[in-house]
Amino acid sequence: MTLLPTKFGKYGGQFVPETLMPALMELEEAFVSAKADVEFQREFNKLMASFVGRPTPLTYAKRLSEKLGGAQIYLKREDLAHTGAHKINNALGQALLVKRMGKKRVVAETGAGQHGVASATAAALLGLDCVVYMGLVDIARQEPNVFRMKLLGAEVRPVDSGTKTLKDAINEAIRDWVTNVRDTHYLLGSALGPHPYPTMVREFQSVIGREAREQIMMEVGRLPDTVIACVGGGSNAIGVFSGFVDDEQVELIGVEAGGSGIESGKHAARFGDPSRGRVGVIHGTRTYVLQDEDGQIAETHSVSAGLDYAAVGPEHALLRDTERAFYTSATDEEALNAFQTLCHTEGIIPALESSHAVAEVIKRAPRMRKDEIILVNLSGRGDKDLNTVIKEIGV
Amino acid sequence: MSRITEAFKNKPIFMPYFPLGYPDLDTSIDVIEALAKNGADLIEVGLSFSDPLADGPVIQHATQIALEQGITVKKSLQAVAELRKRGVDIPLVLMGYYNPMLAYGLEKFVHDAVEAGVDGFIVPDLPMEEAEEFTSALGKLGGRYDGDALSPSYRDHPLIQMLAPTTPPERMEMIARNAKGFIYLVSVTGVTGERKSISEGLGELIARVREHASAPMCVGFGIGTPEQAKEVGKMADGVIVGTACVKAIGGSEQPVEAAKEFARSFREALREAAG
Repeated sequence: MTLLPTKFGKYGGQFVPETLMPALMELEEAFVSAKADVEFQREFNKLMASFVGRPTPLTYAKRLSEKLGGAQIYLKREDLAHTGAHKINNALGQALLVKRMGKKRVVAETGAGQHGVASATAAALLGLDCVVYMGLVDIARQEPNVFRMKLLGAEVRPVDSGTKTLKDAINEAIRDWVTNVRDTHYLLGSALGPHPYPTMVREFQSVIGREAREQIMMEVGRLPDTVIACVGGGSNAIGVFSGFVDDEQVELIGVEAGGSGIESGKHAARFGDPSRGRVGVIHGTRTYVLQDEDGQIAETHSVSAGLDYAAVGPEHALLRDTERAFYTSATDEEALNAFQTLCHTEGIIPALESSHAVAEVIKRAPRMRKDEIILVNLSGRGDKDLNTVIKEIGV
Repeated sequence: MSRITEAFKNKPIFMPYFPLGYPDLDTSIDVIEALAKNGADLIEVGLSFSDPLADGPVIQHATQIALEQGITVKKSLQAVAELRKRGVDIPLVLMGYYNPMLAYGLEKFVHDAVEAGVDGFIVPDLPMEEAEEFTSALGKLGGRYDGDALSPSYRDHPLIQMLAPTTPPERMEMIARNAKGFIYLVSVTGVTGERKSISEGLGELIARVREHASAPMCVGFGIGTPEQAKEVGKMADGVIVGTACVKAIGGSEQPVEAAKEFARSFREALREAAG
């Protein structure tokens, strides 16, 4: 028996080997008791303020709004959080739980390296051993983050199996966890995987939505019309959505990686490609998964490593089915253009992941009235992507 | 009496694992036939999956090759039917991850599998909590209500439950009590693969499970040599050998001959264990 619901509608669940079930129960128990513990909350909030630098600002994108000539655009600046992305919120939350459970070691997966860096940072801060699994393809394209993880004292283990990207890094992290489960916690970086991860990660990321809601109310005195975020596994999106999901008038838009275009088959749009994105089970959860006819998980493609994943968090699957949120995609090219646009108009270098959300803003804002408001979650900064961008577009 | 129940008449039984389609489909069928006819009492027939997160490198590699060779669920079930046609009459239990079964259509999958001659199912990413969908698909296989809450088809073609060293006592009791066919006791925390020695607490673990279980108990993960099989065979009702089997046969120039030899050596060791 679990303490919390394990499913979001028909999605979610705990599809893991028996060896891991007790660890999931222990984790759920620790999470539930921590959530109710004022002392834990105080410690978490204190770290969010004094270490992460929260609240992150809400920036009015004046020149971008003028250039697009429609809606007024506000950026939630998760790129200004310590380590450069929203990932630190969840990494610190889980690391505090690890201390609470008395475990000494964490393993993590990483795609873009942002979660790996956040995990290595949290581990260094709290004195935990940290091993990060990262696909060889991602190691090559996110090299600066590999160095950062090593400098922070983490061991980066290259993953050579399968497609050598995020999906395979998760497989390896789970294999390590199964083997060392007695003293090791799996510090999963997105709102996916088996229960309680999707619920727990949303909880730690909900700070984004809470702050953003308060800030936009302070700034303009009303809620935004539209909230936009990119969706890989979906943790930054679920974090910002959680602040507005009960406000039915606020439109929620998730942006998947359209890669070279849906029709090319080279993308990571689980919702955007009905022929291959079907409900299945991967990495412990039931959700939309890009797969072939035989149920083999499909190879994905995106210029951004953090969105290059075949499945999506189970709560997004439910939000999509109930039409509380809408999901669209941006291609590599659109994301790269958005990346440059934001650099030039606002003096902000966004992560390629976040650039997908900006790409949707560029499509949508001109069609909206000038008194309408878009809030976009700028989930991370783009320093890590400079090599990729230089290769793709030159400078 | 079901084939599985029948197989446990002479304990301890020898249960090798081999994936269909490795190194190619025809060879894998020949290999499984050879295992069956040279001492295996039950065979775990492997379905391949792109993301086998409970498996170590050897089985990952073998199933990857099977996929590259074009193995599918459909072809795997046809291969089981072919094995039955060749006179293989020991129980064959399908071992595979959940997603390909879902993609095939779960009810259709269990139906077609049983039609092909499958006796049971092992799904490593389907713990007790998530098993209902599968068991209800089994329940729809038909069969008559005979006063037992379970339809005969479910009883005869069980979803095998796994127990791990980390499973806490209350949960172990619940799983053991409800187990059908046999219990798959994972002997180590970790993925599939050989280990240097049999884990120290195994005897104690087996004794604990036995208090609650009426189904036979088979031990898997980490058993690599006939000597280790013999040691485990003295305590358990069956010994599951996966990685070592795949390695010995897959690494051989003559896989069918290697399969015969492999099955005979483990069969002999377990005969000694039975004393």
